[in-house]
Amino acid sequence: MVQYRWTGFDASFAALSDVTRRGVLEQLGRADASITDLAERFHMTLTGMKKHVGVLEQAGLVATEKVGRVRTCKLGPRRLEEETAWIEGYRQLWASRFDELDKVVEELTRKEKGDGRKKRE
Amino acid sequence: MDARKESDLTPVKNHTTVERKSERELVVTRTFNGPARIVFEAWTRPELLKRWWVPKSFGVSLLSCETDVRVGGTYRLVFGNAASEHPMEFFGRYIEVTPHSRLVWTNDEGGDGGAVTTVTFEDKGGKTLVVMHDLYPSKEALDGAIASGSTCGMGETFEQLDELLDALGASVGR
Repeated sequence: MVQYRWTGFDASFAALSDVTRRGVLEQLGRADASITDLAERFHMTLTGMKKHVGVLEQAGLVATEKVGRVRTCKLGPRRLEEETAWIEGYRQLWASRFDELDKVVEELTRKEKGDGRKKRE
Repeated sequence: MDARKESDLTPVKNHTTVERKSERELVVTRTFNGPARIVFEAWTRPELLKRWWVPKSFGVSLLSCETDVRVGGTYRLVFGNAASEHPMEFFGRYIEVTPHSRLVWTNDEGGDGGAVTTVTFEDKGGKTLVVMHDLYPSKEALDGAIASGSTCGMGETFEQLDELLDALGASVGR
C-alpha cells in the first residue's frame, strides 16, 4: 500500500469499524436519507446518529446537506477511494483462496497423471 | 518471507485480477495449472471446496459445506469465527450447471440484493482460465455491498479490523 494514501484509509477504516456505520453506508448506497430517518431505522437517538454521521463525514464517506430543518445524508466523495481499497481487499481475499486452490488442483492433477501411467503400464 | 519460500516450489504464480466491469458487475479472473475438469471438480465437490474456500489466514472456520450441484440444487456454507458466537451462512441455488465449463448460482443470504455468480472454466492447453462474474440486481446493491464490506466474508475481515483498531486505539490512548 502506498504510504501517502494511508491517512485516508486510516480514517475510512476507523469509520468502517462500527457495525452501525457500515449499516448507514449500506442504507445510503440505496437512497439518500435524513438523520431522523437513519436514527429511526437503526433504533438510535438523534444525538447518537449525528455522532456516527459525523465520523463518516469526517472520513469523506458521507456528505450532508441541510435544507430547511432537515439534514440529508448521501454517500460522500471518499467513496471512490473506498471502492479502490475494497476492490484491493477483495482481490487479496480471492488471491489467498486461489493459492489454496492451486494446491488442490496440483495434487489432483498429479494423482491423475500417476493413475494414468499405472493404467498404461 | 514465507511467500518467497513458496514461490521456490511453484515457479509460476498466477495473478488474480478484480475489476468492476460496470455499475452492476464485478469480475475476478485467475489461471490454474491444471485441466478445467479438475478445477471444476474442486469448485463443486464439497470435500474439495472445503480445502480451499477458507484459508487459515481468514481466521474463520468452515463449520459445514453442502453442495448439491445440479440445476435447482442448493448449497449452504456455514462459517464460524472465534470472535463471534453467531455463525455466518452463505447459501443459494445453482441455476446453471455445465460440467467442466460453467456454473451459475444465486447468493440468497442477503435477500433481494444478492448477486448472481457465473463461473466459467476455460481450457487453455492443460491450464484453466477461471472467470468469476458477479452480477448485482442494481448499481445500489453493488455499491451497498462495497460500502458495507459485506460481500463474501469481508464482514469478518472488518471484524478482525475492529479488533485491530481497538488494540491500536488502546495503545495510543484514543
